[in-house]
Amino acid sequence: MTNLTLSQVTKTFDQTRALDGVGFTVASGERVALLGHNGAGKSTLMKIILGLIPFDSGTVTVMGDAPGSHAARRQVAYLPENVAFHPALTGLEQIRYYLRLRGENPGAAMGLLERVGLSDAAKRRIGTYSKGMRQRVGLAQALIGNPRLLVLDEPTSGLDPVSRREFYAMLDELATEGAAILLSSHALTEVEARTDRIVILSKGVMVANDTLAALRRQAALPTHLQVIARPGAADAVAAQLHGARMNGVMVNLTCAHDEKLARLGQVTALGAMIEDVEVIPPSLEDIYSHFSLQADGRAIR
Amino acid sequence: MTRIFASAGAEFRIALRNRWVTIAVTMMALFSIVLSAAGSAPTGVLGADKLSVTVASLTSLAVYLVPLLALLMSFDAVAGEVERGTLPLVLTYPVSRAELLLGKFVAHLMILGLAVAVGYGIAAAAAITIDPHASAGIPALIRLFWTSLLLGAAFIAIGYALSAIARRPGAAAGLAIGLWLAMIVLYDLGLLAAVVADSGGYFTIHVFPWMLIANPADAFRLYNLAASEATAAAAGIGGAASTIPAAHALASIILWPLVGLVLATLAFRKVTP
Ligand SMILES: Nc1ncnc2c1ncn2[C@@H]1O[C@H](COP(=O)(O)OP(=O)(O)OP(=O)(O)O)[C@@H](O)[C@H]1O
Ligand SMILES: [Mg+2]
Repeated sequence: MTNLTLSQVTKTFDQTRALDGVGFTVASGERVALLGHNGAGKSTLMKIILGLIPFDSGTVTVMGDAPGSHAARRQVAYLPENVAFHPALTGLEQIRYYLRLRGENPGAAMGLLERVGLSDAAKRRIGTYSKGMRQRVGLAQALIGNPRLLVLDEPTSGLDPVSRREFYAMLDELATEGAAILLSSHALTEVEARTDRIVILSKGVMVANDTLAALRRQAALPTHLQVIARPGAADAVAAQLHGARMNGVMVNLTCAHDEKLARLGQVTALGAMIEDVEVIPPSLEDIYSHFSLQADGRAIR
Repeated sequence: MTRIFASAGAEFRIALRNRWVTIAVTMMALFSIVLSAAGSAPTGVLGADKLSVTVASLTSLAVYLVPLLALLMSFDAVAGEVERGTLPLVLTYPVSRAELLLGKFVAHLMILGLAVAVGYGIAAAAAITIDPHASAGIPALIRLFWTSLLLGAAFIAIGYALSAIARRPGAAAGLAIGLWLAMIVLYDLGLLAAVVADSGGYFTIHVFPWMLIANPADAFRLYNLAASEATAAAAGIGGAASTIPAAHALASIILWPLVGLVLATLAFRKVTP
């Protein structure tokens, strides 16, 4: 089932074209990462999905309803970027309030705060919380009442590495239960391993929408092979493979994706001269730059 | 309903933590004590019991103080949330903007009611201790209490509307102070000047009474004074009070909170987070 459908969404602020014909879907159980430079339109798109701001043209369907309608809001959870709460309330009071707004039992508040590791600070005022702790309150409220669609704007900003891992584990659980998840992030490495599909926005234009593997194929970026030679054999290895020697033992090779196996064959043919070989596929950073830059070029032309 | 009470509960807690409850109650109590002390000397009003006289002075005090307290509590309601950045998240919850405003309204009205009850209670207790016949004034006191709530409700709602229009707490505070000055102080002065200039003409007879009840603060004063003849003599605009039916003044103070809430909701709907 498709929990979120966007088609040809366009939004202009005064002079800025924030979104230009953006269209993609997020299905039940799917985790989609929304990537893009600062000002690419990620937060704007999310606010449109939540019905917080109007859009100029295109269609948006959230759980079969209009964005921001009562029915849609009941099934959607949101974590804004730079989430803020009233500093005078405690974390527990704040979550109890949100539970009651959703018609849930406020008694569940402590359990939610425990899930995000805030049970010790639950009875302290949010004004005394650190940035990461406020972010966790934001996560806790996004978990209220089995949302069918979670829209998370930079959910891991301010979280420490351990909490990030816990956060993605939590997302996995939610996705397994059938929730659709759309999250934006600037931390590409964590998104790489933890999401099913990647959407890249560049100046409001969607320049990519596919799985990481497919994007890698489309981008056809070179793969790097790092060959470690036996002591003293580095020069010979570099000469034989037409590679560049980096230091005493390492030789770098670059090849297209479909030449990779042939190249590896040549390396193994050298037998005893080789200590080890490492295959380094293009990283998400490389793929991301490829698609963003490509779009820039198009814009200039 | 649960959503309105949920938001009222959170708002009441915030007001408690921000000392708003303490400030409002202390302010009303202090003024009542001063008023009782000043009024403890024998007054010249014949046949009036002590409490009725107290109610008359409380009425003139409430006209200034209740709108002020109401505006002080309400000007931050929308603008403050915009400034803190708490609005986008709560607006994605399945709760309407009207419900959010009503929640705040219930909380703020409760605080105002508490402050007014404490203040009037002190003044009434002082009057009853001095004058054994003071219980005759209790109906007037009760009337003063619920009309004060209506007056406060009107200005709380108007404060929300200003808050939503201003969108920034600083601007909202400025608007609230300006409104208080205009409606409570300048309005009467302006009307008075117009009446003097008109010297009993068409304006004084046909326009002035309506303009008087159009302002909730004046309607409040008129209703309370008209309803208690014993104190009408003590009032400056007693003459005008006699030409306006009390029911019209009452209608004005009942309508204003509703009009204010509608205006506030409309203004709040225009706020994009
Ligand atoms: N309320 C607004 N008024 C005018 N322009 C706006 C408004 N909100 C966003 N924009 C513009 O729309 C564009 C997209 O902004 P948006 O906040 O969606 O970017 P983003 O992708 O979330 O960036 P970041 O990674 O920095 O969070 C920017 O050029 C921004 O200046
Ligand atoms: Mg953003």
